[in-house]
Amino acid sequence: MERPLPADLHQLKRPSRSRKKALVPYALLAPGGLWILLFFIVPMVAMASLSLQQGSTLEGYTMTWHFANYSDALSANQEILIRSLRNGAIVTVISLLLSYPVAYWIAFYGGKRRNGFLFLLLLPFFVSFVIRTVAWSFILSDEGIVFGTLKNIGILPDSYHVIGTTLAVIAGITYNLLPFTILPLYVSLEQIDRRLVEAAKDLFSNRLQAFLKVVFPLSLPGVFAAVLLTFIPATGDYVNAGVLGGPGTSMIGNVINSEFIVRREYPEAAALAFLLMMVMLVGAVLYARVLGTEQITT
Amino acid sequence: MSVTTADPQTAAPPVPARKPRKRWTRFILPTYTGAFLLYLSFPIFVIILFSFNQTRTGFGTAPRVKTTWIGFTTEWYHKLFQIPDLTTALSHSITIGLLSAFAAAILGTFVGLALGRYQYRGKSATDFLIFLNISSPEVVLGAALASFFVSLGLPRGLFTLFLSHTMFSIPFVAITVRARAAGLDRALESAAMDLGAGPVVTFMKVTLPLVFPGILAGFLLAFALSMDDFVISNFVQGPSQMFPTYVYAITKVGIPPHVFAFATLIFLGGVLLASLQFVGARRKA
Amino acid sequence: MINHTKGGGMNGETPRIDPAWLRGNLMPRMSRRNLFKAAGVGVGALSLSSILAACGVKSEGGAQGSGPPPAGDEGSASWWAEQKLAKVCNFTNWPAYIDLDNTKEGLERHPTLLEFFNTTGITVTYRADINANEEFYASIRPALESGQDTGHDIIVITNGQELTEMIQLGFLIELDHSLTPYFNENVGPSAKDPAYDPGNRFTMAWQSGMTGIAWNTDYVKTPVTSFMDLFNEDYAGHIGMFGNNADAPNYAMVALGIDPTTSTPDDWQKAADLLIQQRDSGVLRKYYDQSYLTEMENGDLWMSMAWSGDILNDKLYFPEFASFEFTTPSEGGIIWTDNMCIPSHAAHPLDAITTMDWYYKPDIAAQLTEWNAYVSPVPAGTEIVKADAEAATGADAEVLNTIASSPYVFPPDDLSAQLHNYRVLEGDEIQQWNDLFQPIFIS
Repeated sequence: MERPLPADLHQLKRPSRSRKKALVPYALLAPGGLWILLFFIVPMVAMASLSLQQGSTLEGYTMTWHFANYSDALSANQEILIRSLRNGAIVTVISLLLSYPVAYWIAFYGGKRRNGFLFLLLLPFFVSFVIRTVAWSFILSDEGIVFGTLKNIGILPDSYHVIGTTLAVIAGITYNLLPFTILPLYVSLEQIDRRLVEAAKDLFSNRLQAFLKVVFPLSLPGVFAAVLLTFIPATGDYVNAGVLGGPGTSMIGNVINSEFIVRREYPEAAALAFLLMMVMLVGAVLYARVLGTEQITT
Repeated sequence: MSVTTADPQTAAPPVPARKPRKRWTRFILPTYTGAFLLYLSFPIFVIILFSFNQTRTGFGTAPRVKTTWIGFTTEWYHKLFQIPDLTTALSHSITIGLLSAFAAAILGTFVGLALGRYQYRGKSATDFLIFLNISSPEVVLGAALASFFVSLGLPRGLFTLFLSHTMFSIPFVAITVRARAAGLDRALESAAMDLGAGPVVTFMKVTLPLVFPGILAGFLLAFALSMDDFVISNFVQGPSQMFPTYVYAITKVGIPPHVFAFATLIFLGGVLLASLQFVGARRKA
Repeated sequence: MINHTKGGGMNGETPRIDPAWLRGNLMPRMSRRNLFKAAGVGVGALSLSSILAACGVKSEGGAQGSGPPPAGDEGSASWWAEQKLAKVCNFTNWPAYIDLDNTKEGLERHPTLLEFFNTTGITVTYRADINANEEFYASIRPALESGQDTGHDIIVITNGQELTEMIQLGFLIELDHSLTPYFNENVGPSAKDPAYDPGNRFTMAWQSGMTGIAWNTDYVKTPVTSFMDLFNEDYAGHIGMFGNNADAPNYAMVALGIDPTTSTPDDWQKAADLLIQQRDSGVLRKYYDQSYLTEMENGDLWMSMAWSGDILNDKLYFPEFASFEFTTPSEGGIIWTDNMCIPSHAAHPLDAITTMDWYYKPDIAAQLTEWNAYVSPVPAGTEIVKADAEAATGADAEVLNTIASSPYVFPPDDLSAQLHNYRVLEGDEIQQWNDLFQPIFIS
């Protein structure tokens, strides 16, 4: 850890402090970590163990280290898995493009009202997801205010519909995940030193170049966080796909849901869920490599 | 990767403030932001509109929202608390939302600070864990938690909802706080220490205010996550219904207009809070 | 269950989970030490079941569903004899399924339950939370598995996979029919001794209904007469099918002239092929649950598989839905039954069985039918509905007459002959069936 000299001298005088200091991060982690350990790791480890078992609901399950659950899950759902990853990627790109200018403007020009703007951004999300989706289905319904009007004018054929298509699914997921994209972007843009931006404007002939060479690189940690926070839930989504989608638009979350709830094939469902998590993890690590960061969640 | 802050020495000397160019392009971003906000709120406007819509009720049936405009009424606002299940579900949701966002904001901030400010053994493990947490499919998490609470003998209800909502919110707070903390200028903290402030005072007076925007963003995100959550709540709520689960269930047969009235009030209450902040900001400026 | 190396030895339990474990009495409080002992067994060996094992789930002999429970156990005559009325009962049902009355202040009441309270003093907390058997069962299963109270005293489950599994795993309390005088006297032949629950050991029918086809005459100009109308490409994008694991598969067999109750896996394959053909032709908007009704009401869905009472209700009570029609087409229809049952370890079993029996009182059964327009299990109620219809005046008379004369509420013999039951699936058949049909719905 690099520290300015005076502080080091400080520490030299009181050597015990550095050892205490080494414990600080652990002390900070302890309460949250314990919570996660108890209510996340323990239940998930139980699930992981279930993913390697064999049996049926009626006869119970036996641990047989049945790794074939994983290969079966992969081969049976390849197409839907790829579709989910593709949808997740599309949603992430669209959300980033839509959100970046807004985060940028609020961070640099929002002034004292920045928190107010942030709050306004999040506000629709306090009115529950279910209600927003109901409202969207009002809006997008075949005879609703958008398509009903377009059909009446004759721009669209009568049988045209959006609900039940991949378009509706992607639009729905994008809408619902926008805050996850915009907040991390905002947080990292907001802390960029204004003097740097000013300097860049002087150095480069146009603002675009100044932005590309200075602001954007400095906001990369935020972009990285935004991508993960959007891509992961987008890929794992099942509610949007269930409500707004139709035949041929299901995502992997729908399959997991069906295996857990309808088919009650728990080991297969657990295996599929872990498979999805592994695929996303591999993706995140590769992505981190490309971007040159060591951390996967920054 | 951490953001380095400019060393004041090498930063360009203050330039005379440039006259804002009177170009139309400077309206692009604010207009876009406005349009974006409108887009986000568009469904809410529809809800507000239809909360003033009349319904036709048949013999012995409960009123339900109509998709076509019938006529203006404020009836549903007068009868806001008429459906006890709805009122209870909403108060559950708000309580759990606030409590879990608060708990997650505290716990998640500590985790975010540890990640953003310190090097320690096991850091990549923490990273990995946070990643796993946000990437686990909700159905799986819901089912795992439900079985877990049952095996602990914890009756499912508000308490288990609180435990679960806090659990899935912590990583989101940690990530936003970390992004903030990683880019902070350490010199400020050292300076405070040199001026004789103890670690606690330094934390309260220097670190905390600096990372506060991250904490606030995390808190809001956590609250929104909790208010929004349907899948996990459905598994762990037991007999205490939440707003989303109530609405989801009622959607299948038709939504009582009271739901829209409540949604309108939540939204307008929020707008009021935001505008107070705007006014406050103007005064200070 | 697991290779307990350490964990399994703790209670001397066999490392194989047996069904009895699933309903074993879980000690509500487990010591923290045991929990961590269980957690310490190691990743591979740990599962929820090992945690359960660690806190002493006792192995009990014999799965339920075969013989009567041993004396003293839950559901035995001696156990029932010990039960006392708590004067409260938590009743969880499907939406829009019970009579409803709005007071002047706009409060909702259920007159049949009010009358029940006035007669017995039992306060019934009624909730309409069940939208799909699968999801509801998934939400109560963890509690049932570990032998805890689900919080519900009466639940209403359609005859199907979930109900069968609950019976086989001992998740339902066996009923003592000495406590159900109204049922014994008034139950009709359709609800007595059904194939999925011989002797009504665990269930009493709430209502039955038909799965058929509904359409909106505003959009669909030619009346629906055949299942194959659901393949009509003129209405592409506006046709709905049920996505649950019973209705569409069984109906496809009916459409192919196969009686589902005696169908073989070969027949299932034929049904699956038909459904796949329909899906891949692109006519479908979606596979629906209860929400098909909302989309029909919005005008987005023009023709759909539907449940009889939903459509009749809409037609009766909302003038704007007068354009809805329902039919069981020429190939036939499906009749199903929603069953009241008591989940194991329910807190108020005696109140529950008393409430269940109340709905077999003819005048109460008639009130219910007059409201929800489904098929009643109590034939004695029929005459009351007809008499009420004759006595009524004005708008009420119209509604009651429509109900009294509807073949979908009081099926005449020729219609009954055309109605088929769901295939009762047992053992390995369940997985075979689901593996075949679920991928069609989730595609």
